[in-house]
Amino acid sequence: MNKQLFGLTAVIMAIAMILSACSPAATPAPQAAPPTTAPQAASPTTAPQAAPPTTAPQAPAATTVTEWDYQSSDPQKTQWQNVLDECSKQTGITIDRQAAPRDELIQKVLLAAQQKQLPDVLRIDNPDLQQVADTGALAPLTDYGVDLSGLYQNLVSAGSYQGKVYGIAPGINGMALFYNKDMFDAAGLKPPTTWAEVKDAAAKLTKNGVYGIAFSAPATEEGSWQFEPWFWGAGADLKKLDSPEAVKALQFWTDLVNSGSASKSVVQWSQGDVNDQFMAGKAAMQQNGVWNLSALEKAKINFGVVPIPKPDGGAAPGPMGGEVLTIPNSGDTAKMQAAGKVVNCLLSDKEMLQWATLQAYIPARQSVAAQSVANDPNMKSFVDAAAAELSRTGPPANLGPNYSKVSQPLWTAIQAALSGAMSPADALKAAQQQAESALK
Amino acid sequence: MKSAPKQDRDDLAVVRSGKGAATFAAPSPRLPGWQRRDRRISFLFLVPALIFVLVFYVYPIAYNILMSVTRYTAKSFVTGEAPFVGLGNFQRLVNHPSFGTSVSNTIAFTLGSLFFQFTIGLAFALFFQRKFPLSGVFRALLLVPWLMPVIVSGAVWVRLLDMDYGVVNFVVRTLGLTSQPIAWLTDPHLAPISVLIANIWIGIPFNMVVLYGGLQAIPESLYEAAAIDGAGSWQRFRYISWPLLRPVSTVVLLLGLVYTLKVFDVIMAITRGGPANVSHTLNTFAYSLSFTTLDFGLGAAAGDVLMAVVLVFGLIYLRYAYGVERELTG
Repeated sequence: MNKQLFGLTAVIMAIAMILSACSPAATPAPQAAPPTTAPQAASPTTAPQAAPPTTAPQAPAATTVTEWDYQSSDPQKTQWQNVLDECSKQTGITIDRQAAPRDELIQKVLLAAQQKQLPDVLRIDNPDLQQVADTGALAPLTDYGVDLSGLYQNLVSAGSYQGKVYGIAPGINGMALFYNKDMFDAAGLKPPTTWAEVKDAAAKLTKNGVYGIAFSAPATEEGSWQFEPWFWGAGADLKKLDSPEAVKALQFWTDLVNSGSASKSVVQWSQGDVNDQFMAGKAAMQQNGVWNLSALEKAKINFGVVPIPKPDGGAAPGPMGGEVLTIPNSGDTAKMQAAGKVVNCLLSDKEMLQWATLQAYIPARQSVAAQSVANDPNMKSFVDAAAAELSRTGPPANLGPNYSKVSQPLWTAIQAALSGAMSPADALKAAQQQAESALK
Repeated sequence: MKSAPKQDRDDLAVVRSGKGAATFAAPSPRLPGWQRRDRRISFLFLVPALIFVLVFYVYPIAYNILMSVTRYTAKSFVTGEAPFVGLGNFQRLVNHPSFGTSVSNTIAFTLGSLFFQFTIGLAFALFFQRKFPLSGVFRALLLVPWLMPVIVSGAVWVRLLDMDYGVVNFVVRTLGLTSQPIAWLTDPHLAPISVLIANIWIGIPFNMVVLYGGLQAIPESLYEAAAIDGAGSWQRFRYISWPLLRPVSTVVLLLGLVYTLKVFDVIMAITRGGPANVSHTLNTFAYSLSFTTLDFGLGAAAGDVLMAVVLVFGLIYLRYAYGVERELTG
């Protein structure tokens, strides 16, 4: 073969390969077709009820709905599947579920939206809700008969956009400080109630390969989410990332890392990694979410839970966590009505309590939450804090669909300060500029 | 043998100068009819390849360029509307705090990877040129990085370089080289270097295998003749192996260039571009702009810049490749 021709072809191919690898529009086919015609994926027990068309009340009611979520790994994957199976049985509607990891789900949803092939029920992270609602891809839940009574008010407001409710979570979650009782007892320390006490306990407990405290600050929403209790606790506002209060909070985290009380690896750790550190006895305290309770209780670790404090004491307001159920505008009214029935079932007291207990989430309805405290006393500090949790898109900053434009500069600033690339003040100043230019 | 490539090259010159296209459209009257028909039929044979290139290469590239001049957001996917913003995305891109880092990382990453992969690969190839007991086994072992999925290698490197529990820090500290653990993956200065080291490690076997093959193809008689003339091992390398390896070297370097410029998984598996975006290349940066920020216009603009960088590297390569060929064919 001629070498010039080979070279030329090779360079053209090189360019094409690189571009097709990074161009967002270059992934045409693979995820294009959600199987709207495949009811066999659901559990076999539901098939007899779903199949006979004679049981349909009047008009052609849909007997199959598709559902997408990002609980793609166990135990969450199976736990959610169990609840879906229950509701499939109750409503007689076959639920065809697809689970993809969180990063992939948003891409899948965007492509599906482009091709008008959205699922009938879509479960997304609550801070993304308003951004997705803003695109016009979602339908108001009340139009499809979803019952919203008795829910936590902050949950309803997080699920609302321009006065209508587009997404509701069956359960919410929050964070707290978990501490290793054995280590605290051995050092004669009490669980911390102020920032100074956190710092002091962390410094005293750092020895022999054990870090005083572990938290997670990766370059994802998780980084902002973990930082927000300290950020809000100090009195900072997401509208102004470089306020003195914000600098104070980031300085606090940076000091924990620089003094060696927390590992420099926190910028890499996910919350799962943090919990692994705590379970392995490599960290005396961890900041983590309520969903770790069941694993920790099973692991027979002698631990306690206290709220994340404000600088001078009292519980800091944390961000509200949880995934909301939405009904996308698929254009097929019968399917959307069926989706409403399924969502209503998923939000019913019985299913809510069962699933929230498995997941160690706080049930979204206050009456149900009270029941879960009766079942597990460790839930108490989380349920107490639930009503005070702030929705990341809501007041006081009211960023709505623009939350991610602020959250991303924030997590970048956290990383810059913790890794030593910039001082907390400089990092937050850069973040504020970045957020302002993104919001323009 | 010698005349055939020359013929090809003449054809290429015709195609490049555009005269070839004219020949297809309006065949020269001097050609007899059967030959004209032949040309048309041969053009038909090209159609499947052309369609393939148009659909899978030209269309995505053109679409990417189109996206880069619009404000393409998550909303655009639903509404199908993306307002035209001209060069606005490029302006925002250049002003982005992480853009400069990504460009310089891309260049440093590419040059660094190519240089070290090639020299170390060549050193191994020369080493294995001498037969010694177990050389086959060692050569096979050296292939492992190439055979492993990059995500797996990346995960292994994360473990090795972990600040608290990593093997590398354990060794360094045991040898007393440092008292403090080194933050390989989380120090803003070290993180890009750690990714580079991992990528070099991944690329060495490929360079070694191809260069070793090239060395095997050099006739033993040349070395024997040189030895009789009193050439030492350096001279044998400098005047026999090196010049005769040049065609193979160019191919290795070109493929290395392609691989390094498109590298994505190594970085995503080891640092995800962090901490604080210091270890992004244009590739991962474009990805994060598109799929984390959901600012697809801006991400597409970064993709355009990457295309420009690739073009520059591609042209440099072409010049070099022609030079080599002229040298070889006289």
